[in-house]
Amino acid sequence: MFKQIEILKNHGRQYIPDVTQAQLPDIFRGRPEINPQKTGNEEKLARLCPTGAILLNPFRLDLGKCTFCGECAFADPQKVRFTNDYKIATNDRQKLMIAEGEKSPIEIDSVLVRKEITKYFKNSLKLRQISAGGDNSCEWELAACGNANFDMGRFGIEFVASPRHADGIVITGPVTENMAEALKICYDAVPAPKLVILCGVDAISGGIFADSPALKRNFLEQYPIDLYVPGNPVHPLTFINGVLSLLKRKFI
Amino acid sequence: MKTIAVHNNETIHLEKIPILSYDEFFTLVSSLMASSLYHCVNYFAYPEGDLWRLIGMIANDETHQIHLLSHTVSREEKHKRLPSLTAKHYALHVFEREITETTGIHFEGHPWAKPLRYAHNQFDLNSTIAQYPFYKIDSPQLHHVGVGPIHAGIIEPGYFRFICKGEKVLHLEIQLGWQHRGVEPLFVNKKTLLQKNILAESIAGDTAIGHTLAFVKMMEAMGGIEIPRRLSIERTIALELERIAIHLGDLSALCADVGYQLGSAVFGVLRTPVINFTQLWCGNRLGKGLLRVAGSHYPLNLSLKAVLIQTLDELEPQFKRIAKHTFKSTSILERWEHLGRLSVKQAELLGVVGMAARSSGIRRDIRLSHPFEAFKEFPYEPVVFKLGDIYSRALLRRREIEKSMEFIKKLMAILDESDLPAPYAQEQIKLAPESLAFSLTEGWRGEICHCGITDKQGQLIYYKIKDPSLHNWMALSVAVRNQEISDFPVCNKSFNLSYCGHDL
Repeated sequence: MFKQIEILKNHGRQYIPDVTQAQLPDIFRGRPEINPQKTGNEEKLARLCPTGAILLNPFRLDLGKCTFCGECAFADPQKVRFTNDYKIATNDRQKLMIAEGEKSPIEIDSVLVRKEITKYFKNSLKLRQISAGGDNSCEWELAACGNANFDMGRFGIEFVASPRHADGIVITGPVTENMAEALKICYDAVPAPKLVILCGVDAISGGIFADSPALKRNFLEQYPIDLYVPGNPVHPLTFINGVLSLLKRKFI
Repeated sequence: MKTIAVHNNETIHLEKIPILSYDEFFTLVSSLMASSLYHCVNYFAYPEGDLWRLIGMIANDETHQIHLLSHTVSREEKHKRLPSLTAKHYALHVFEREITETTGIHFEGHPWAKPLRYAHNQFDLNSTIAQYPFYKIDSPQLHHVGVGPIHAGIIEPGYFRFICKGEKVLHLEIQLGWQHRGVEPLFVNKKTLLQKNILAESIAGDTAIGHTLAFVKMMEAMGGIEIPRRLSIERTIALELERIAIHLGDLSALCADVGYQLGSAVFGVLRTPVINFTQLWCGNRLGKGLLRVAGSHYPLNLSLKAVLIQTLDELEPQFKRIAKHTFKSTSILERWEHLGRLSVKQAELLGVVGMAARSSGIRRDIRLSHPFEAFKEFPYEPVVFKLGDIYSRALLRRREIEKSMEFIKKLMAILDESDLPAPYAQEQIKLAPESLAFSLTEGWRGEICHCGITDKQGQLIYYKIKDPSLHNWMALSVAVRNQEISDFPVCNKSFNLSYCGHDL
């Protein structure tokens, strides 16, 4: 038993006290900033982008399509710069479109948040995760949200085993044809009112798989999406902060 | 010999691969596979004009050679029938299932000729995942338990059907394919090298380094690109870091599945500094973005090197303390020992690879048998255990973590500020025309094989990926036989196989 106490003592306190203020290293690729000055490389960057996330006239970057490979910032560091701001989740798909000169943080549009979400789920939100072609990186990070470091459970936000116990679903992966039916059955099994959260670039836009004939994404067109969480994979801090803002939680 | 022997990361002109009659092909593959020195690293069919060309890649684990041989079948000839090699060598079962699914060639005498992943480009387009023919035993004493495709945890989908007598599992059938994203054709359809690189990072996100390394090595072989020693060493460090991180996470989960909260929390927390180092190195906790063809955006400079040394120095005593305690605890050993056993014979028959093989007494490790990157210069001696139970697979992880830490330290001792690798050029590379190139790496799960084929213009026309899970899923089915169904979760975790790596 003394050994166990020694291990516990050594283990110490591991949780991040304030997940809203945690700092990631500068090298982390979070919310990008685009220089409004023309550098002459705009078309080259659009061609370079592996998922067509860079659009021209006007030049802008779609975080819903971005795989955060950072190659555009290497090709022209004057034009695109990725900041370490990990708070990039929003409920408005348009807000993921980063315009030239845009430096303000990405936020939740409180007008778009359905009333029942804050009414019922503010203090307790149970989620059912569905991987529909996910590559196990977002799944991995979502599991990490509940570990001793991030400890999402302290906010009453948890992943549960059954859709019957859940208040919403979190989808990862580009939604394969083979998973389309199971996804629908799982969603239907969640009692209303219910949330839909898209986690990671693959879920939001299909990512690098967007043009694959093995996908069937029409489920996503049929239901309202309550939260888009960009990333490849999503960082646990992005997910936790996104959900907390959606629920309009006052932080501890 | 009617085969051609090549080494890992070699490119070979397609004409040089001998085309044999099926009789010769059959005899040769069976005679090679009869020796335990050989194992099949890949066997697939690709379309060559109006032919299907079946390419077998049989590795000799002692001579570092891989024997290539092929056979052709007309694509016009629908529902062609050929004698099954699986009937003689069970390890080939999954490859023949895949070939049947892609080409419609029927292998007579295959004991388990079922669809593999219901790919979007399969031969029989009317077959859907809902029609999978499950094995059934009709008896009033037995019941079936279906689990999936969505599981209780935050994991990928797969369908498990148990046939049980009371609590005892008589048979487990694992049906996969739910994750099928059509990765292989995308490698051909995506035109830029960068797109293919990003795709390689998404084959299995938990093995981003392992798979991307196989991809970049394959492209470099095809493009005839030599990389500097420094870059080789940095890539090897990344690969071993990935192994340490995932093994730590697995030990945490293995503790959680037997209700040992302290081990679960401490091993889980110890993983964090390792992946956070990877984040500090390349901006991504899983190493996405780190590996690029013929260059790197993220040289492992001296300040990073100092952080890594410090991270490992802090990790080591903490890891040793919790590991020592965990592996001595009787309440844990009670749940790990003698459970989920995969015997040496079963492992050999099934052609198991990687961790699962080494836990069942097979000394199979690409780092030793077909070395790549820094393993060429610094030989690696694999860890092997004989018993093949959950305990062996857990202990293997413990030893591999220690060994990888030691190996990384050895590599870092020779890194200095000179000759940093060239930055990634973001340009297309010229590939050898009408060639086949392949690359084998040993990811944390086991051997990964990437194989590319080009046309006359040097354009990629076929891409083949093999994740170690392809070999090993059947081993999980066999390992849970005659056990309590309640022991399945911890047994499953001890293998920790990939769904997306299998389904592609």
